[in-house]
Amino acid sequence: MGNLQSRHLLGLEGVSQEDIMLILKTTDSFREVIERTIKKVPTLRGITVLNLFYEPSTRTRISFELAEKRLSADTINFSTSTSSVKKGESLRDTVQNIEAMKIDMVVVRHSSTGVPYYLTQCMDANIINAGDGAHEHPTQALLDLYTIWKKYGKLDGLRVVLVGDVKHSRVIRSNIWGLKTMGASVALCGPATLLPYEVEEFGCDVYTNIDEALDGADVVNVMRIQLERQQLGMFPSRREYTNLFGINKERLKLLNKNYTIMHPGPMNRGVEITSEVADGKHSVILEQVTNGQAVRMAVLYLLSGRKEEGE
Amino acid sequence: MASKKYDLVIKNGRVIDPALGFGKDAYVFIKDGYIKKIVPPSAAVKRELKNFDERQIVDAHDKLVVPGLIDMHVHLREPGYERAETVASGCRAAAAGGFTSLCCMPNTNPCIDNQETVKFVQDRAKSADAHVYVIGAITKNIAGEELSEIGDLFNIGVVAVTDDGHYVQNPEIMRRALEYTKMFDIPVLQHAEDVYLCAGGVMNESFQSTRLGMKGSPAVAEEIAVLRDIALCRFTGGRLHIQHVSTRGAVEAIRKAKQEGVNVTAEACPHHFIFTDDEIAKGFNTNLRVNPPLRTAEDRDAVIEGLIDGTIDCIASDHAPHSEEDKDCEFDLAPAGMIGLETTLGLVKTYLIDKGYLSWADAIRKMTSNPSKILKLERGTLEEGKIADITIIDPDKKWTVDANKFRSKSKNSPYIGWKLSGKVFKTILEGKIVFE
Repeated sequence: MGNLQSRHLLGLEGVSQEDIMLILKTTDSFREVIERTIKKVPTLRGITVLNLFYEPSTRTRISFELAEKRLSADTINFSTSTSSVKKGESLRDTVQNIEAMKIDMVVVRHSSTGVPYYLTQCMDANIINAGDGAHEHPTQALLDLYTIWKKYGKLDGLRVVLVGDVKHSRVIRSNIWGLKTMGASVALCGPATLLPYEVEEFGCDVYTNIDEALDGADVVNVMRIQLERQQLGMFPSRREYTNLFGINKERLKLLNKNYTIMHPGPMNRGVEITSEVADGKHSVILEQVTNGQAVRMAVLYLLSGRKEEGE
Repeated sequence: MASKKYDLVIKNGRVIDPALGFGKDAYVFIKDGYIKKIVPPSAAVKRELKNFDERQIVDAHDKLVVPGLIDMHVHLREPGYERAETVASGCRAAAAGGFTSLCCMPNTNPCIDNQETVKFVQDRAKSADAHVYVIGAITKNIAGEELSEIGDLFNIGVVAVTDDGHYVQNPEIMRRALEYTKMFDIPVLQHAEDVYLCAGGVMNESFQSTRLGMKGSPAVAEEIAVLRDIALCRFTGGRLHIQHVSTRGAVEAIRKAKQEGVNVTAEACPHHFIFTDDEIAKGFNTNLRVNPPLRTAEDRDAVIEGLIDGTIDCIASDHAPHSEEDKDCEFDLAPAGMIGLETTLGLVKTYLIDKGYLSWADAIRKMTSNPSKILKLERGTLEEGKIADITIIDPDKKWTVDANKFRSKSKNSPYIGWKLSGKVFKTILEGKIVFE
């Protein structure tokens, strides 16, 4: 097996087709591991991984933690509620203190764009971005890519619609880069107020009409719509959002026959997606969760032990 | 033997004084802090120099001799934020950058909305390496709600008012400010960014903010603010000065207003004629976090066009010191601002003069006579009888920006390591050499 070009995973922007393919193929072998009775391999024995979460997260943190444990890594969790952040310690000091404890890899989530990059500047560990602001969430996109790839045997030429709050979604951004790199055609759809400025420069088709967006698509990846956005006046009501953008059974008729429904969770059932669709036979929502673990195992494995060039 | 008639003479320099339309080789004679005479080179003047002690002669061969530069937009941080800068350190930085005068912004703590704080700053500046003109707050506590005692501020020497850092969002308050200041004939300096449109913004709103998922401050927030204030200025007949113009829309609005005869002036900062917003993704350097934000290439080009055609009257640094501790953090959590006093001259030379956008005379005008005219200062010219504030520039000297050499207490500059052309040779404040 080859090597990734970078020793960190900060985002999918700029990551090559070869590297993404390497991660997807590596995921396959770990996908097999988690189906075993004994779901553990010694791959990362002796490696210490820190899950550094500055934002509340349940599923991503658990998914990483399980991935780490199944690789036999030593893991520690650090989250804002238990950290010294509240005592006014700077990010650099926190991180350097942690590194002084000889941490090999850091999985980081933070509300500020660029924090994973910042960490690469103040520590030697391999850094994995588990979500920075509204910027990127690469492992989520990789698990989405893997799920699609496993179903269709390819990514190239597929039509994928990403629906929801494009402006504030790091999942959408990482999906855009990953899908485009792999040759898929990407459509974005959401309320005009939640489409960021000059969004068309991503090189995607942009829609505010859900029916037009779904027409002839293979995959629909439905994003959670956050209630706070309504309070900020981004759209008038949840009811109207559901009417205009909600994915229901009726709208599925517009899709290609062998369509796929995805959602990164957590879902607002009855708002952005109906239960009927979320639980329907084309839904791979729970498969995504399982694949997420395998993808994270693959990324941890591929990055572990990678040092700066010349070391 | 030393001359008693004069304290200092600058010989062999090329004198540029945009206020006088002067641009020739000349000798400048100084006595008691004033310019006594400026004469062209001649056998007689060379003979006169024989009466001078060596220490009284500055040889400005191959150098430009210009009025002491004036930076009309500086944050000295004292009182309140002395960890970042003090009046003394800021003025040392000014001298090192060729500035003999600067205008300090009122957003200190306490803010400069009362005579006592003005006096405090003036007192601190008495022995400093630059002359400090204090700018007062438009509104009490810079809260945007009630006018400060602008008459009091004016009477103690304030030359303009501003709520810099904050737009005066309430148009009624801004109207009253433009009216009230007419009594003292001082300008209102406006930080033109609509508060609502910029709420939470940490960079320009463009594809770059879209790509990075960061909250943008849109260009239209500046354009709207400028257009509103031009309308109020036209209506009231007051004097409006737009600070740190950064967008094409704002430049065009100001250009049109000037053509109509509205009493509006404007300034631009080096970072807005040099950087574009795609710089941020290259490393999330918090020194690039600034308000108004770095814009697109189209905006940057419009600022340059505005400088060329005179729409933008002044070049100011918006020197905004922040301690390393405050700037070493997440990009969106960093305080806005970068220092500039010590790099402005080199940046103007390298990015405006060398690129053929401005002549030396034009550039010097925007850093001397224009701010002097807008603020009605008694400095900014080499006229005989005036205060001897003089900057001598080595126009083609190549140098590298070195953080360890900054005299500012703060080092939040994005230009560290840059190679620039054009450097201060000597800075003379009131007849005394304060930097060489």
